[in-house]
Amino acid sequence: MILRCVDVARAYRMGDATIAAVRGVSLDIERGEFVAITGPSGCGKSTLLHLLGAVDVPTSGSVTIDGRSTSALTDREATDFRLRHIGFVFQRFYLMPTLSAAENVELPMAEAGVKRAVRRARARELLGYVGLERRNDHRPTQLSGGEQQRVAIARAMANGPSLLLADEPTGELDAETGASLLELFGRLHRDGTTLVFVTHDATVARAAARVVRLKDGRVESDTRNATTNATAAGMEPIA
Amino acid sequence: MRFTLAFATLRRHPARTLLAILGIAVAAALLLDMVMLATGMSESFRSLLMTRGYQLRVSPKGTLPFDSEATIDGATGIVAALRASPDIKAVSPVLGATLSMPSEKMPTAFALGLERGVQGDYTVERGTDISDVDGNVIHAVVSRTFLERSGYDVGDTITIAAGIDAQLRTAARTRRAVLAGQARFIYVPNETPVIALALPALRAMLGSGFRDRMSLAMVESRANDSTKVEAVRAWIAQTQPRVTAISTDTAIRQVEERLSYFRQLAFVLGAISLGIGFLLVSTLVTLSVNERRGEIAVLRAIGTQRTGVLQQVLLEGLMLSGAGIIAGLGLGVITAQWLNTILRDFPGLPAAFNFFVWSPGAAWRSLALLLVSGSIAGLLPAWRAASTPVARALREEAVG
Repeated sequence: MILRCVDVARAYRMGDATIAAVRGVSLDIERGEFVAITGPSGCGKSTLLHLLGAVDVPTSGSVTIDGRSTSALTDREATDFRLRHIGFVFQRFYLMPTLSAAENVELPMAEAGVKRAVRRARARELLGYVGLERRNDHRPTQLSGGEQQRVAIARAMANGPSLLLADEPTGELDAETGASLLELFGRLHRDGTTLVFVTHDATVARAAARVVRLKDGRVESDTRNATTNATAAGMEPIA
Repeated sequence: MRFTLAFATLRRHPARTLLAILGIAVAAALLLDMVMLATGMSESFRSLLMTRGYQLRVSPKGTLPFDSEATIDGATGIVAALRASPDIKAVSPVLGATLSMPSEKMPTAFALGLERGVQGDYTVERGTDISDVDGNVIHAVVSRTFLERSGYDVGDTITIAAGIDAQLRTAARTRRAVLAGQARFIYVPNETPVIALALPALRAMLGSGFRDRMSLAMVESRANDSTKVEAVRAWIAQTQPRVTAISTDTAIRQVEERLSYFRQLAFVLGAISLGIGFLLVSTLVTLSVNERRGEIAVLRAIGTQRTGVLQQVLLEGLMLSGAGIIAGLGLGVITAQWLNTILRDFPGLPAAFNFFVWSPGAAWRSLALLLVSGSIAGLLPAWRAASTPVARALREEAVG
């Protein structure tokens, strides 16, 4: 098992009010699973994703990743844990606009102390994997939305994480580009990556093997898809 | 990578970065100029006084050199007594007066009577030096201003007079003088026409009342350290009751006292420029950090430590300050030269006097201070950026 949530709750203050974003979620995710967390806006999907990614800690309950409780980690330990074990993909890509695609992919490797020549080679390899081998030196502004999200996925995979988390990864993309991105996720899954992504779109959620539906901060349903629509053939596995 | 990212971040808004660098450059230039002004005048005065190595000036009792028209009587005896001291290497007596030139375009000139071998007042630029009286003709050296105003050149012979006969309204005590050379006079203002002649010749022209007089004497001590120079000064003060002996250090102290308000002004303006540099860096980095709140949260989410963000933002402030300081160094030196040219035209200043003097130590210290100030200015926004609560910032970015 890679991830375990036991009765996880997360509340935060907004002005004078206390918002209970997540209320007693219990969830186990096995290594190699492909999970979609879905539900309407404001149901606590993103908050849960932040808790799963050790970006946030629960108000109560526990989140354990690879046997380590995120609540027990100091800020430095949690940051280092994210760097080496978790990859993040965001709805708005959040690439550094003045760095090239390759430099953006190199960023987490540089933080991890990977030597320049090694990280250059790895960045090229990852960009090739996501289908952007000819876009190494392009800046984000020279790339389409779908291409930017692919660079963000390459960046998330830079340090070979055991868990890839994505927050509405197709949210800023048109249907066709979104579908090709889901194919890429499917390929990552087939190559052994544990994937959890958040979406409010039920169609997108069908790409995952397992769909966890949240409502009002609680798990409403936890189902497995018999077949997924994330199919891609003829792609090489990630090195 | 951090350097690449910092550089890329600054390049993101080129106009804003350029303006900030320009602002810091102006602040750095102003700070540098104020430091050069604050230290420059006294340094310039010191080097002026020490041009020929004379560490002491002997003037009439209670006066400063050429501060009044008073002269020292019994000059020959005093000079001889000073030269007899084993602690004194050289003595240069100087007599100052005004000579007139009847029927010339330039009616008067400042005259210096000096001893050729020991004089420390001028450097011959062309022609030959003064010489003792040769028959009835005096060999004199003059300043460039003298030649320009009189229309004469080196080699010409002119008539000079030491007085005017009030009844006949004609020149009195006239002599013929050959303009043997042109010289640069160290202590006399540029705009003053100067003629230097042998001390006995000038004394003779001025009449019997000046036969044994001098305006001042410059004294060079054999030892150069200030304690021994001061001992020589004390000995002169004790043995020569009709004179005041003043050392270069004392003269500089007195000048510094007179110029203290200049230094205060320079200090205030320097502090203001330091403050401006601080505010510029602080404002720009704060603005940049606020704009990149989401980006910084993402950097933290993907594994950049707080210290990494702190270093990143500090580096941006440091690069801004560094670029501004480098530009400011050039700007400051050019501005100082320009201002120096203007201020040196101020009447009454010695030709060799400078207001702005490049002092590497002081300049580097002030620019280092600006660099430190710029770094500190980036510290608060850097700390704020590093302390960004990652989950909240991501949530707000997603909502926003």
